[in-house]
Amino acid sequence: MTIERPLSPHLQIYKPQITSVLSILHRGTGIVLTFGLLVLTLWLVSAASGEDAYNTFRDAVSHPLGRIAAVGLSYAAFYHFCTGIRHMVWDTGAEMTIPGLYKTGYIAVTASVILTALFWAAILFI
Amino acid sequence: MGAPLIKWKAYGLKHPMSRARNLGSAHHGVNHWIAQRLTAVLLIPLQIWLACSIVHLVDADYAGFVAWLSQPWNTVLMILTVFTLFYHAILGCQVVIEDYIHNEAFKLFKLYGMKVVLITVGVVCVYSILKVAL
Repeated sequence: MTIERPLSPHLQIYKPQITSVLSILHRGTGIVLTFGLLVLTLWLVSAASGEDAYNTFRDAVSHPLGRIAAVGLSYAAFYHFCTGIRHMVWDTGAEMTIPGLYKTGYIAVTASVILTALFWAAILFI
Repeated sequence: MGAPLIKWKAYGLKHPMSRARNLGSAHHGVNHWIAQRLTAVLLIPLQIWLACSIVHLVDADYAGFVAWLSQPWNTVLMILTVFTLFYHAILGCQVVIEDYIHNEAFKLFKLYGMKVVLITVGVVCVYSILKVAL
């Protein structure tokens, strides 16, 4: 028997805040990156399948659509990387205050943008 | 004098007092939490290494990639990276499934399926690395 009890207010009730949005994005990018593991798998499997398969994979990621997906995936990776380190800072007990949450939040987002930009600058110019 | 009071091996990283006070219902959440952090810490240098490797390999042809992956350190680090990434992904997906799926039978089914799929794909990755490198 299911009892229809009232639920406490959920996400859509609240105004988005940097604290909640960054937290949701950390989980969201984690899920995206799990599917991104399939790209890593395709890369390795194509290499194991021989030169033709490897070149097909390279052509796919060099295609404009592939490049857009790669930029998105790399940003997800660097975002999860930076907010993950933010979680480790909290695990030590540091920055667990409202000003600390905002400060580390802005630092993490800025760092993720810079790391992604550096990564693509290195790919394009080195 | 007799048996030691605290048998750490029996409790892992959880303090035995938590059992005495009847805290926690899952009995193994602490080890999941610790494993998630340990893999995360390991992934900090590994992700930097992977990003640098991708930059290095972007212009490489097939022969160049095979030569790179055949270097012993690259083979070892790539297997370690794949293992840690999949392990970390399994731990993360487990939390997401436990949070959002409330039907107990369906939850167990999803947890089992997720783990089987990710472990299988991870093994495929390790096999591919070894096939190229060896």
